[in-house]
Amino acid sequence: MMGISWQAIYVLWLREMKGMWRAKSRVIGSLGMPMFFLAFLGLGFGGASIPGMPEGLQYIEYLTPGIIGMSMLFSSVFAGISVLWDKEFGFLKEVMVAPVSRLSIVLGRTAGGSTVALMQGIMVLFLSTLLGFKIAGVIPVILSLFFMCLISVTFVGLGLVFASVMRDMHGFPLIMNFVVFPTFLLSGALFPIGALPSWLIPVCYLDPLTYGVDGLRGVLLGAGASDFSVLLNFMVISAISIGMVSVGSYLFERTEVER
Amino acid sequence: MDAIEVKDLTKRFNSKGSVAAVDHLSFRVAESEIFGLLGPNGAGKTTLIKILTTLLKPTSGMATVAGYDVHTEKNRVRESIGIVFQEPALDWRLTGRENLDFHARMYEIRRGEREKRIEEALKLVELEDKADIMTDKYSSGMKRRLEIARGFIHNPKVLFMDEPTLGLDTQTRRRIWDYIKEVNARERITVVLTTHQMEEADYLCDRVGIMDHGKIIALDTPRNLKDLISSDLVSLELNMEGSSNDVEVFKSLDFVTEFREHNGFVTLKMERADLRIPAIMEVAKRAGIEIISVNLRKPSLEDVFLHFTGRRIRE
Ligand SMILES: Nc1ncnc2c1ncn2[C@@H]1O[C@H](COP(=O)(O)OP(=O)(O)OP(=O)(O)O)[C@@H](O)[C@H]1O
Ligand SMILES: [Mg+2]
Repeated sequence: MMGISWQAIYVLWLREMKGMWRAKSRVIGSLGMPMFFLAFLGLGFGGASIPGMPEGLQYIEYLTPGIIGMSMLFSSVFAGISVLWDKEFGFLKEVMVAPVSRLSIVLGRTAGGSTVALMQGIMVLFLSTLLGFKIAGVIPVILSLFFMCLISVTFVGLGLVFASVMRDMHGFPLIMNFVVFPTFLLSGALFPIGALPSWLIPVCYLDPLTYGVDGLRGVLLGAGASDFSVLLNFMVISAISIGMVSVGSYLFERTEVER
Repeated sequence: MDAIEVKDLTKRFNSKGSVAAVDHLSFRVAESEIFGLLGPNGAGKTTLIKILTTLLKPTSGMATVAGYDVHTEKNRVRESIGIVFQEPALDWRLTGRENLDFHARMYEIRRGEREKRIEEALKLVELEDKADIMTDKYSSGMKRRLEIARGFIHNPKVLFMDEPTLGLDTQTRRRIWDYIKEVNARERITVVLTTHQMEEADYLCDRVGIMDHGKIIALDTPRNLKDLISSDLVSLELNMEGSSNDVEVFKSLDFVTEFREHNGFVTLKMERADLRIPAIMEVAKRAGIEIISVNLRKPSLEDVFLHFTGRRIRE
């Protein structure tokens, strides 16, 4: 249809940044859950032997990439779905009558939501060092940022898909319980997928977060810590993120503000 | 070229059986005109505005805004219009200035120009000193003024305003009317506004379409509409508990050209009503009808609405 409007993408992103900055306490507060997970699971299972764990890894090391993935999953899906808040507060109409392509709107929102999720991921990463996680150097951190970006884009896209098919926020708990939590639990964030019954394993391979978390492990902990190669993880999650944003924009384009 | 052209436009919300919210409408709005849509709740005003601003798809018929088809040339239409929605549409996490800045950037106005226009717009709606506080701290009048400023900041050809003064006090309403007039005069912007206040339509609009049940039942200048019922109107408020309320006696007066009865009020239409009032009082007295008050007036748009629909606008 129309091209991409960089100005629109930028201003939608900027709006999200301002919103985040003004809700600093909420952003900090949302670090609570991942930190509790890290602290309690990390300490609780620290000495346990977990089947399928790569040799020579502390549980906290294994766990940290998983919890980074979890916190980004939650905040990304939420960022995507929050289009519904704009609808409720009337602001979506202001966005929808603007003469910019719907793709630009989707990209702007994705950029904004992903940045928020990315910040959280980075904060979890650095806070985890307080609990004994060791960062191996600058390169691993930079590589992990790529994976974090891809994870957040994927799940903001998923959130937009839900926002396009839902009328209001009422369905949100349903999605949390039946989509977001299973996505988290099946991704191998907490323990190796191999420990699950064999019939569940294919389902894990359909879970985009599996590749995100495994990729994070590969870059942060070294090749021995991941199931797949970093490159494979990278390619799979890249493809999924592009697919997800495309489906999100397609559906978003078709939803009018009202029928 | 007309600013707006609507042909046989229809919108049904559910395909089967439901009544049409907009029912085979046709009309035109000329360039730089202030055009009013006047109608009671549920008349279809907002639905019509949503179709014209590309937010709703019509069921059938066609409409163009600034020469572009609202269905097939959505983006062209969007480039040409500004909107003040009936419901507030501000981002409450942003300040007034930031809301305008967001808007100006969405419409790709360049930096220098952007800042200049934002400043001008804030000045016009007298919000310069409140520009940097969050809009959730604004009063509803301030929000409305900010939205009006936002509506024309990108120099639209056509500005739509859905009940721009809804819920505002008289003083604020007056000020908003003046902004609308000023913007219209200064920028030659075509303005389409909806209202259910007669006074507003009368004061602001070059032409008014009276809308009811999805149809425009009369369309003309406020003056001509009022001239349709050229005679004077005498309203009598009756004591319904009085000894008699046989209002039919008023019909027997030969100078009464029209007679309406409504909730204890009787409205009589006649020429030179100032000379007739004694005779009316006389007839009432003889018939034992108690009159509480008498009101003589030139017809208002309210009477025009009553004339066309047989109902008052607010019921
Ligand atoms: N989304 C919708 N779904 C179903 N019916 C609708 C919808 N929106 C409006 N309607 C119906 O269409 C008719 C016209 O509504 P509309 O909002 O256009 O009226 P209006 O003239 O703007 O009224 P008001 O003065 O109250 O704003 C009403 O009967 C309303 O119930
Ligand atoms: Mg309305």
